[in-house]
Amino acid sequence: MKFKVNNQDVYASTGGRPFDKKKPLIIFVHGSGLTHMTWVLQTRYFAFHGYNALAVDLPGHGLSGGESLKSIEEMADWINSVIDAVGHKEASLVGHSQGCLVTVECTSRYPDKIKTLSLMGGAGAIPMNPQLLSLAENNDPKAVDLMMDWAHGPAGHFGGHPVPGLYHINTGTMLAKSRTIQNTLGVDFRACDNYKNGFEAAKKIKCPTLSILATDDKMCPVEEGKKLAALIDGSQVDIIDNCGHMMLLEEADRVLTVLKKFITTNYPPLSS
Amino acid sequence: MSDKKKELKPNTYKFDTLSLHAGYQPHKNAGSRQVPIYQTTSYLFDDVDHAAALFNLERGGHIYSRISNPTVGVLEERVASLEGGTAALATSSGMSAIFLAVMTLCEAGDHLVVSSQLYGGTVNLFRLTLPKFGIKCTFVKPRDTEGFKKAIQKNTKGIFGELVGNPGNEIMNMPEIANIAHEAGIPLMVDATYQTPYLCKPFEHGADIVIHSLTKWMAGHGSSMAGILVEGGKFDWMQNDKFPTMTKPYEGYHGLSFAEEFGPTAFTMKARAEGMRDFGPCLSPQNAWNVLQGIETLSVRMKKHCSNAEEMVKYLMDHESVAWVSHPSVPDHPDHELAKKLLPNGRGSMIAFGIKGGKEAGVAFINNVKLASHLANVGDTRTLVIHPASGTHSQMDEATLKFAGLSHDMIRLSVGIEDIDDIKNDFEVGFRAARKPRLVSNQ
Repeated sequence: MKFKVNNQDVYASTGGRPFDKKKPLIIFVHGSGLTHMTWVLQTRYFAFHGYNALAVDLPGHGLSGGESLKSIEEMADWINSVIDAVGHKEASLVGHSQGCLVTVECTSRYPDKIKTLSLMGGAGAIPMNPQLLSLAENNDPKAVDLMMDWAHGPAGHFGGHPVPGLYHINTGTMLAKSRTIQNTLGVDFRACDNYKNGFEAAKKIKCPTLSILATDDKMCPVEEGKKLAALIDGSQVDIIDNCGHMMLLEEADRVLTVLKKFITTNYPPLSS
Repeated sequence: MSDKKKELKPNTYKFDTLSLHAGYQPHKNAGSRQVPIYQTTSYLFDDVDHAAALFNLERGGHIYSRISNPTVGVLEERVASLEGGTAALATSSGMSAIFLAVMTLCEAGDHLVVSSQLYGGTVNLFRLTLPKFGIKCTFVKPRDTEGFKKAIQKNTKGIFGELVGNPGNEIMNMPEIANIAHEAGIPLMVDATYQTPYLCKPFEHGADIVIHSLTKWMAGHGSSMAGILVEGGKFDWMQNDKFPTMTKPYEGYHGLSFAEEFGPTAFTMKARAEGMRDFGPCLSPQNAWNVLQGIETLSVRMKKHCSNAEEMVKYLMDHESVAWVSHPSVPDHPDHELAKKLLPNGRGSMIAFGIKGGKEAGVAFINNVKLASHLANVGDTRTLVIHPASGTHSQMDEATLKFAGLSHDMIRLSVGIEDIDDIKNDFEVGFRAARKPRLVSNQ
């Protein structure tokens, strides 16, 4: 569906179901340089089971208009504006990678609005490799190739996509190259590198929180995810073996099972 | 010590490794090193909720082997990985892959621009069968790049061609024709059966959908029928209003918009969810496995196919019984330079040549070679020959034959990987018979 935030067009997938203001809202926030499509194996389930699932394209990404936001803090405020723009008073947030920084910051800033927080491949800080950052800022497609390499675990490199016929790495590459690399990945990487408030923000979070981590995650290693989770009161942690940073695709079923249990328990759906 | 920082390089797997491993994880299949053959029609649901989730495309998985099968899925991912594509859908034959691609793209009232130099069966599909579905085609000679542009109409939904035409070896200028297609907001579909991804990756030259008859070089051993369509993932289906079946809510899946939901894999998702569901030309798991065995040695075989073909080109060009030879490796082939650009790893193993003495000599040649097999296939490990005008393209009338670039003296040769001297010796027998057709045929 399309709507406006700060007078800019925003696109968000609703998981194949019409948006219904009566249903509780879950907002899915993608990682650096990516789009709403990374969430297809989670959003459709929630959309068909009593929720408004809203997988947003951040400004300047995917099908959304405007320019990419330059800081994690701006993105966090933008997510808050999305909740208002679609006419809701509260939401559950789900983030992946950079989306974890955004949702952690957003939850700390708007504690009354955010009812649950789910983090996938998250960390309190994501300092960027200087070469990777430079490649992305200089619009070099090698930045995408490197990201796809590091973002997939050893098993993911072979493929084995949960949807028959789809090939992980090339699909991710196309998503990351769907807009100009320096304007999406370059800006996002710089925003991640600049963001220093993750651990402080985490200490302020009081809502139920889940962290899904993966043993072969090179982008946000398990230990970094655990450090973040340890700062959040009562945070649950689920660790997936033999899986990389793209756990939402590499182990989509496992992720959905854990996410489903956590969200339906802590933020129940509208019963039909 | 140098203080120069080590340059970062992606360590994703390369072609030869992907040929053996892509699409398969042994630890999820009881540790089986070889891809298992899932000889089953259907798959247990965990519960009613799980069943509904699979039918609604809420989660990945298998329901019924007409739609998808784990063994076939490995093949699909493997070919997608080798082509540099986002997704693939395997079918029972190359022809069914073409048909599914067209039916995923078009509706009644639509139009396609099509290269005139195609496999005879494909010509008949576009010329005679698709009009029955209300889909019309304009044929353009493959070297007439501007002709493709001129043939595009308001209702044109795509351009289709074989990269190297069957059987005359005329090459489409894929990068330029891709630009023409994209300027018109339509995709370029390329049948790259003759090349395999070892010789050419059409997505790198602008193609949007790649089709293979896997029956040929990919499987390689003449044992199994199979086809596949592969999606490049770059084409923006939402850039105009030409593709409502990709962009508008689809009643068959609760109002799903394939383009919005699946983006770079939308075409394959629709081809499977609608085309495979409704037409059903599914690939058997046994045949998928056979093709996988072939793909494991693809690069090894293609090197030998190409080196043998180049030897045969030299042999034929010097032969007194041969009037002409068409192969992109020949310096005076009109597409020689284009072939160097598009086919850097080899120009393929399909040769067309004219035999002196015309049709009668051609018939005598084919009837007398013993090692080369006379049959309607290409891309076998064994050397194959046929006389197209009386075989693969025999259903065409004289005018269509001429437009497709066929002559009565043409012999189509698919060079195998036998010892090159044995192939040449066999051809000597055929040429001797061709020089004395009556004498030999009376023996």
